[in-house]
Amino acid sequence: MSSPLLEMKNITKEFPGVKALDRVSFQVTEGEIHCLVGENGAGKSTLMKVLSGVYPYGEYSGEILFGGEEQKFKSISDSEKAGIGIIYQELALVPEMSVYENLFLGHEIKNGLTIDWNKTIQRATEMLKKVRLDVNPVIKVKDLGAGKQQLVEIAKALSRNVKLLILDEPTSALNEDDIDNLFKLLRDLKNQGVTCILISHKLREVLEIADKVTILRDGQTICTLDAKKGEISENVLIKHMVGREINNIYPKRDHKVIGEVIFEAKNWNAYDPTLGRKILKDINFQVRKGEIVGFAGLMGSGRTELALSIFGNPDGYKINGEIYFKGKEVHFKLPENAIDTGVAYVTEDRKGNGLILIQDIKHNITLANLLAISKRGVINNNAEVKVANEYKNSLNIKTPSVEQKVENLSGGNQQKVSLGKWLFVKPNLLILDEPTRGIDVGAKYEIYTLITKLVHEGMAIMMMSSELSEILGMSDRIYIVSSGKITGELPIKEATQEKIIKLAAG
Amino acid sequence: MFFNNLQKLLRQNIREYGMYIALFVIMVIFTITTNGLFISSRNISNLMNQTGYIAVLAVGMTLVIVIRHIDLSVGFLAGFLGAVAAIALLFWHLPVTLVIPLVLGLGVIAGLANGFLVAQMKIPSFVASLAGWLIYRGAILLATMGTGSIIISNVVFNAIGNGFIPDIPDIGILPGVHKLTLIIGLITIILFIINAISDRKKKQVYKFEVLSMDMFILQLVFVSALIGYITWVLAGYQGLSWTLVVVLVVVVIYNFITTQTTLGRHIYAVGGNPEAAELSGINVKKVIYLVFGSMGMLAGLSGILFASRLQSATTTAGSLFELDAIAAAYVGGTSAAGGVGKVVGSLIGALVMMSLTSGMNLMGIDISLQYIVRGAVLTAAVIFDVATRNRGK
Repeated sequence: MSSPLLEMKNITKEFPGVKALDRVSFQVTEGEIHCLVGENGAGKSTLMKVLSGVYPYGEYSGEILFGGEEQKFKSISDSEKAGIGIIYQELALVPEMSVYENLFLGHEIKNGLTIDWNKTIQRATEMLKKVRLDVNPVIKVKDLGAGKQQLVEIAKALSRNVKLLILDEPTSALNEDDIDNLFKLLRDLKNQGVTCILISHKLREVLEIADKVTILRDGQTICTLDAKKGEISENVLIKHMVGREINNIYPKRDHKVIGEVIFEAKNWNAYDPTLGRKILKDINFQVRKGEIVGFAGLMGSGRTELALSIFGNPDGYKINGEIYFKGKEVHFKLPENAIDTGVAYVTEDRKGNGLILIQDIKHNITLANLLAISKRGVINNNAEVKVANEYKNSLNIKTPSVEQKVENLSGGNQQKVSLGKWLFVKPNLLILDEPTRGIDVGAKYEIYTLITKLVHEGMAIMMMSSELSEILGMSDRIYIVSSGKITGELPIKEATQEKIIKLAAG
Repeated sequence: MFFNNLQKLLRQNIREYGMYIALFVIMVIFTITTNGLFISSRNISNLMNQTGYIAVLAVGMTLVIVIRHIDLSVGFLAGFLGAVAAIALLFWHLPVTLVIPLVLGLGVIAGLANGFLVAQMKIPSFVASLAGWLIYRGAILLATMGTGSIIISNVVFNAIGNGFIPDIPDIGILPGVHKLTLIIGLITIILFIINAISDRKKKQVYKFEVLSMDMFILQLVFVSALIGYITWVLAGYQGLSWTLVVVLVVVVIYNFITTQTTLGRHIYAVGGNPEAAELSGINVKKVIYLVFGSMGMLAGLSGILFASRLQSATTTAGSLFELDAIAAAYVGGTSAAGGVGKVVGSLIGALVMMSLTSGMNLMGIDISLQYIVRGAVLTAAVIFDVATRNRGK
């Protein structure tokens, strides 16, 4: 029995309005591959950010012991010095630099004042051999595939003598061969004494590689399972991940008031020229009047891309397929065409591309429908204030006045502003992308109630979400999206969390 | 009570009032150091005319910076279009009424060319407009190659930069004072007061926070006195100059567009968050074209004002105008991060920079020191802006 390399005790981390981690405890033994699993928003990434010093000591409460000593990391470089290396989903390499430059970026091998490039290349070659990557260290990182880039990242971490290697969803961008390769390497490293934490959604991979699994749910540690004792199986994992019963934060609905088809997509394909790959494959679905259609899937499954591709395609995907609005085929060249037709899209990233944070509430609410409050291009300021106040009251936006800047509001109230903005467009089809991400339970309940009221009034709603309970609690019908494909369709009566997870993680 | 209110008002609005206060302080300092020469009617009138061709550029530049871009080409573009105006007047014998729309139209085309590179070809505006800077610099030299400086003899054209509005016939009162200027000033004050009162009433209907009564009256008195004093000073020389009329018309129109229209809203939305603007159904490319097109047009106007003021088109006209305009916009509170900036602010910014030049000239300070002082003021203005912005959060 070896000693614990890492012990995190009673870690609590709060964001405004949300408790992301609630007295989480987590223990990793030296020389094991430890998987950290849980639904989106369970707190996995937050926990790793606490560990690596992204959230510095003092911003969380609790205790971290690493190598038997208490650690107070103030930054990533502190945790790096202690021997913790973290590799994020989005790789942190400089694409325009060569492999060897990347490997020693920030830790250059010096010869007096200048960099010793010969020694750098020699060391780089050694490191690449260690991760079994057979490329010339002189080539640029951008010319490598995703799998090889990942190996470069690992080599970079190893070059800093890591004792603990953390990989956050390392396989999400890799193909089967690359994944096999990566897992072989991780087992090798284990034999050389490197301990590894792996964050993953994909249960099959977890079953294949984990020595131990810790499950987080809603910011709490549920349990830690040991493979040697035969405790790990797919059913056990799913049971613990899902765990909770769907509680009563979802308003009661009868699933009956459903009318004619409002929106339909047929053989919908999209190719992303910047990624250089197909992101949506042969998607077929329809949405009816008065219906909430849930789109379930893991992060990166293609839900947001699907929403954007039908909402005027602002990212410039190459699209092949047909969409129909109220039975008529439509072609949306720009988001404004979609809005004019009666489609609204509430983005998943309200701060990034949803709201204009530096402007006030009223400007944000009217932005997508300025026509309604203007005459010949001149805005009627009084009408604008009136509209904004109506939405402030009906959505219960908590603010002293509609002249408040949106950046000063809490996440829940920002989301309400975002919703208000799109309701003011008076859409027939409302696309909600992660409508309750990062907001507290109270605001969630208000938003669910509002959604319920809207479908009762005859709106058609597409709800993309990676939160399973939300999908099950709100939808009339559920499509499951995985790797850009619809892998299943379930009416609400037949849908269970287990079925959806199986289809989504397949 | 009164002073408490005043203190509170200043503290809350320090950002907004900061540059007015700065302008006021600069003017007072120069008035003292030049024994009142700075504030003389003749000098103020001159100052306004000198500010004109930078002020119109600064107005356009404000919008360019608001949508997170920059336009370095406008200085030499203004110079080049001034030369075009001179050539059209002298060699093509076109009338002024045709030359002005022609030059403004050419400016729009040049601006749209920049807009095309930025919006369509996705070239960074810094690079695209730097190329324009080189091209128009060459174009001026080309236009004036045969002749050198082109002396403009057209009286009407030259009046734009040097003339003053006519006065009403002398009726015996206030001899030697420009009475039409005073009347215009008086009307402006009355309109301002009526507007302020109706605005306050509307806000009270919506139960918005308004200034306390004493502060409201103080504001009215202060602004009225300021407008009154400036018109009085100008009336004491030769009255409103045509340049000042042009600048005020431009500022009023642009202020209206940016604050009262859907187009203005679109511009600030694109500057505040381009992705969100696009997803809100705003045609971002169209906004970029419009803003650069307007910038080009104002460069044409600036070229006309400058050529008219010098009564000639020179080989170096427009040199560094673009940087003066950018500096004026930053001093006037435009944010380099985009989405924030006021047209009126940039006008004040231009006045601050030009007051520095004018005042230091009167004091006989060497040009070397003048540059250093102006650089220091620019830095101080931006530091002030960033510091007050962060405090607001």
